[in-house]
Amino acid sequence: MGKAAKRKKKASTSSKAKGSAEPTIAMVKSNPFEVKVNRQKFNILGRKTKNDVGLPGVSRSKAIKKRTQTLLKEYKEKEKTNVFRDKRFGEYNTKISPEEKMIKRFTLERQQNYGKKNIYNLNEDEELTHFGQSLAEIEKLNDVIDSDSDTDERGALSAELTAAHFGGGGGLLRKKASTEQEDEEEEKPKSRKELIEELIAKSKQEKQERQSRRESALELTEKLDNDWKEIQTLMARKPPKSERKDKEAEKPKPDEYDMIVRELGFEMKAKPSERMKTEEELAKEEEARLQKLEADRLRRMRGIGEQENKKKPSHVSADDLTDGFILDKDDRRLLSYKDGKMNIENVEEEEDKEEEEDKEEEEEQEEEEGEKEDNENEEGEEESATEDEEDVASDNHSDLESDLESEEEAAGNKEQKKHKANENESQNVEELDPKMEAAKSELPYTFAVPESYEKFKSLLAGRTVEQQLTILERIQKCNHPSLAVGNKTKLELIYLKITSLLFPTSDFWHPVVTPAFIYMSQLLTKCRITTLQDVIKGLFICSLLLEYVSLSKRFVPELINFLLGVLHISLPKKQAQGYTVVHPFTPVGKNLELLLVCDKKDLESWKKQNLPLSVVTRLKELSKTEINHIRLSCLALCFDLIKRCAVLYESLPSFYEIMHPIRVLLTQRVSVSEYPEQMQEWYHGALKELENKTKHYTPLICEKKKPVPLKQYTPKIVKVLEFGRKQGGSKKEQERKRLIHKHKREFKGAVREIRKDNQFLARMQLSEIMERDSARKRKVKELLGSLATQEGEWKAMKRKKGRN
Amino acid sequence: MARPALAASLEAVLGDRGNANRVFEILELLAAKEEEDVLCAARTCRRLFAALLRRGELFAGSLPAEEDALRGNYSAEEKYKIWMRHRYNDCVESLSELLGHDSFQVKVVVNGLIPIHEDASLLISRFQEYMEYEDVRYFVMKAVTESIGQVMQKIKERPLPFYQQNVFSLISPINMPNKERDMVKFMMKQDNQEEWKVSKLQAHKQAFERMWLTFLKHQLPSGLYKKVLVILHDSILPYMNEPTLMIDFLTVAYGVGGAISLLALNGLFILIHQHNLEYPDFYKKLYSLLDPSIYHVKYRARFFHLADLFLSSSHLPAYLVAAFIKRLSRLALTAPPEALLMVIPFICNLFRRHPACKVLMHRPNGPQDLSEDPYIMEQEEPSESRALESSLWELQSLQNHYHPDVAQAAAILNQSLSEIEDDISGLLELSASELFDKEIKKTSANVPLEFEQVRGLFGKKNDIIAEHFALD
Repeated sequence: MGKAAKRKKKASTSSKAKGSAEPTIAMVKSNPFEVKVNRQKFNILGRKTKNDVGLPGVSRSKAIKKRTQTLLKEYKEKEKTNVFRDKRFGEYNTKISPEEKMIKRFTLERQQNYGKKNIYNLNEDEELTHFGQSLAEIEKLNDVIDSDSDTDERGALSAELTAAHFGGGGGLLRKKASTEQEDEEEEKPKSRKELIEELIAKSKQEKQERQSRRESALELTEKLDNDWKEIQTLMARKPPKSERKDKEAEKPKPDEYDMIVRELGFEMKAKPSERMKTEEELAKEEEARLQKLEADRLRRMRGIGEQENKKKPSHVSADDLTDGFILDKDDRRLLSYKDGKMNIENVEEEEDKEEEEDKEEEEEQEEEEGEKEDNENEEGEEESATEDEEDVASDNHSDLESDLESEEEAAGNKEQKKHKANENESQNVEELDPKMEAAKSELPYTFAVPESYEKFKSLLAGRTVEQQLTILERIQKCNHPSLAVGNKTKLELIYLKITSLLFPTSDFWHPVVTPAFIYMSQLLTKCRITTLQDVIKGLFICSLLLEYVSLSKRFVPELINFLLGVLHISLPKKQAQGYTVVHPFTPVGKNLELLLVCDKKDLESWKKQNLPLSVVTRLKELSKTEINHIRLSCLALCFDLIKRCAVLYESLPSFYEIMHPIRVLLTQRVSVSEYPEQMQEWYHGALKELENKTKHYTPLICEKKKPVPLKQYTPKIVKVLEFGRKQGGSKKEQERKRLIHKHKREFKGAVREIRKDNQFLARMQLSEIMERDSARKRKVKELLGSLATQEGEWKAMKRKKGRN
Repeated sequence: MARPALAASLEAVLGDRGNANRVFEILELLAAKEEEDVLCAARTCRRLFAALLRRGELFAGSLPAEEDALRGNYSAEEKYKIWMRHRYNDCVESLSELLGHDSFQVKVVVNGLIPIHEDASLLISRFQEYMEYEDVRYFVMKAVTESIGQVMQKIKERPLPFYQQNVFSLISPINMPNKERDMVKFMMKQDNQEEWKVSKLQAHKQAFERMWLTFLKHQLPSGLYKKVLVILHDSILPYMNEPTLMIDFLTVAYGVGGAISLLALNGLFILIHQHNLEYPDFYKKLYSLLDPSIYHVKYRARFFHLADLFLSSSHLPAYLVAAFIKRLSRLALTAPPEALLMVIPFICNLFRRHPACKVLMHRPNGPQDLSEDPYIMEQEEPSESRALESSLWELQSLQNHYHPDVAQAAAILNQSLSEIEDDISGLLELSASELFDKEIKKTSANVPLEFEQVRGLFGKKNDIIAEHFALD
């Protein structure tokens, strides 16, 4: 009963403490005179307002209270030198825990008091007891037994407990004697404390037992469940995935036999795969692939891909200055050539080509060897010839050099790529084999160049990548054109040819082909034509150029110029009229009539032959007739090229103007009747193509200009990170602004506080002064009053005396 | 008179080495008082040492000191040579002293410097250091003028390549002062410096002008012609009193044709621009200058720079500009890519300056299906070339050019032009090698490959090379 009362009391006190504060505030709030409302101009969604209602009275009183506690004290202690010193042990020492502190303080106090006799013996150390037990202990024990925790015995207290609590001393003692006497010797009656402890121990034990029983039952059921599941899985032949896995992980290594059985049991049945494709289907696929590649090629030819990428419309803001300045990252990746890491999908395809190329190169090298001496002479001549030129020679030469180097490099790269391909590709070897064999039987090899793909492979097999690279490098160096004299020019020509085999020459822009184009055009324009060899080389380049543009039908002015020049030098002097030849050909001067053949016999005996490339280096050995024949072959080639050009450029709008000089030359100058019949055929073929074209001009019309859309003032959209905070600027800037704002606010607040402090102090001083004044007044009044009474008394006495 | 004596000593020295000491007699006379004697002595010296040099009797190489040589173990022959060389040095010394002589006749020197039949460029380059002196320069200019007059009169209008070359290399580096204040470096001091003619800039200019005019009066070999024209606007015209006097020369040069005409354009431009020259049919001439070689010659940049200036005038009639545009684009059909990259923006700029010409690009209601280009290329007169009736089919053809940049540049034709002119100054000097380097430096993420299977070097269908060439 006492306990319950106590609890109630506690609760009531706490509620009272709270309640006393709350009602006052509530009261204040309900009083409209106490409330100041901060009216807002606009309602802003999502903004929480803290200070919409103020209680000036309350806050003022709070502030005054606080000031009286702090500022006033300070003020009062002003100019007082006494210092309060806190000598409590370890008051400001945070290292010591509060318990230790207490203990230490206690011991200190004890030490201080030790030996001092208290004058008054108040018997403070003695305990108050009830049945020999300290009352304090009993109180504590009562709190320990929490009958609420035991659900079973809720409401009904055990007899012992009730006896202990309420039964009074005698009853309990009796009962105790009757129940416990058997197991315990009768020594002396147990104290109440002991009894209760026993009781508690018992009940606790019981409780524990019950709990353990329940737990074990739970465990058992769980185990049963698990076992059941296991069996169930075996029966159903379908393991629940996660569970099985867990178990397997937990279990020690399963039996081998089991494993095999299970494997057999769970083995996937063979699934039907896609059926073999028929030949037709394969062909169809191949065709589709080729079509796709062709479409790709066409797209590249028109340069569409690039332009489309460029043309991607971007949003134009009204704030755009349209000065074309766009700050954008250039995220193109650089082409990593060196390590052969280029991303090329059809490496395998390339493989074959590489092989071919290798063959050709080697063939070249082999060939050149026999012709060293001649070459040397040639080279010398050419050298001197080019040096004569004032303006052209220098840059021309550097061009040659640089290009050769770059080609060399390109070749190197290809080889490197190839060897990369080697590594991951072995199944293709069989396919390649027959080809290799053929190559072997056809071409004899010299040098350390590996003779076949297999040898090459065996050479590289079992080496590290670095070693392979060095091997390749060495092979390349051994076969460098500079070692076999005179290989240069021819190699160059062959390189250019190979370029056309390896790369699509019809692309609008191509990293390899475009430089090759420029290089060839420079060869045609910058190299002076002084010998027959130059003419042959030039014609070779012309044929190459034609081949390059055969698909894309691109216009190559240099080609036309050169053909015109070749025609020009095949005519007798002083006939240049109606057309103008341009560099490297000159209308007058030396080196004219290079291709002019006057010998009737040679003219008759000529038969169209293929121009051997070796002529370039071997011309001196040839007889005059042979040379004349070569000249005629060149001319025939020239006619053929003109014909092809005419076919190719037919669609150009100014085809007529482009071909005009050539036409003039062909129709007016060339004396056809002198040529052999075969030549006349070539000639007529070319002329026919030139004349046959209908001239067709339609006036040009610009594409309609797209109307420029009006600039729209689009709202600037910024991601809102936090409401109620100023946006914009970088994070740093925002932080700075925030700090400035805070500082300003704090500053204002501080100023206000100081002002209020001063006001408070002034008020205090004033009240002090008033008090002092009033006290003085009062005192003066008192004094005056007493004086007046004195005076009055004295007068009264005087009057008395006078009366008397 | 010392002449006979000198001749005698010369004979003696050259005749016999024993008489070598008579050299001193000649050298003494160089310091004589009589002007005539000095000249005589100088001439004799020249003859003497020239003869010795020819005979190889002058020591060549690093010269030992005279005393050392006498003491040292040289052979008698060598000693003689060394000694003679020292005498030569003495001679040179006294001659250079003579340069400061009051009435020193530069003429002699000049005549020696510009021999008629041989190249004397080395000698002339030695002499250049004296040309720094204002007075020396002045007298040289006068002497050269005189000399040209004399020499050219003798040979009657036949070009003398060596002589003219020599004169040119002597007078072309002449560095004229800009202000009279700068003229302080005199070889000789005069008492009345202020009034001396040589110290006047005006006099210098006059001499300079006369010299050049006499030089250019006569026919020049074409190489020299070009050289003169190259430096004309820079180092001749600004220093003349009357630059307009050059007009005859320039007009003739402009009429020559080819590269010479292109070069003459620059001088003419200065005269027209700064000196109010009225040149009839200037644009017609300019028009006729356009031939296929303009895209190939060395002076391309210079020419197009000037052509740009000439055609920037907004008062030109549309037919003229159209004729220029049409001719330039017609010629562009034979041009190399570096020239094309320059000339296409050039033509676009012309369109922008003369919007009336835009019909060449855009003719919405014109006659369809012409049988031929109305423009007449052969017509000399721009007004009769019917350029305005034509269209720029040439640039349309160039849209198929193999060089991607050119094709892109030509593709501008399809769109209407922007308002702002292209800056072509950077493109004028574009060279073929630059083009190549630029292309090489470009990088690309992937390199497309040919997808057709390769069947040998000549394995392609319709391979032109396989048809006409053999690999053996």
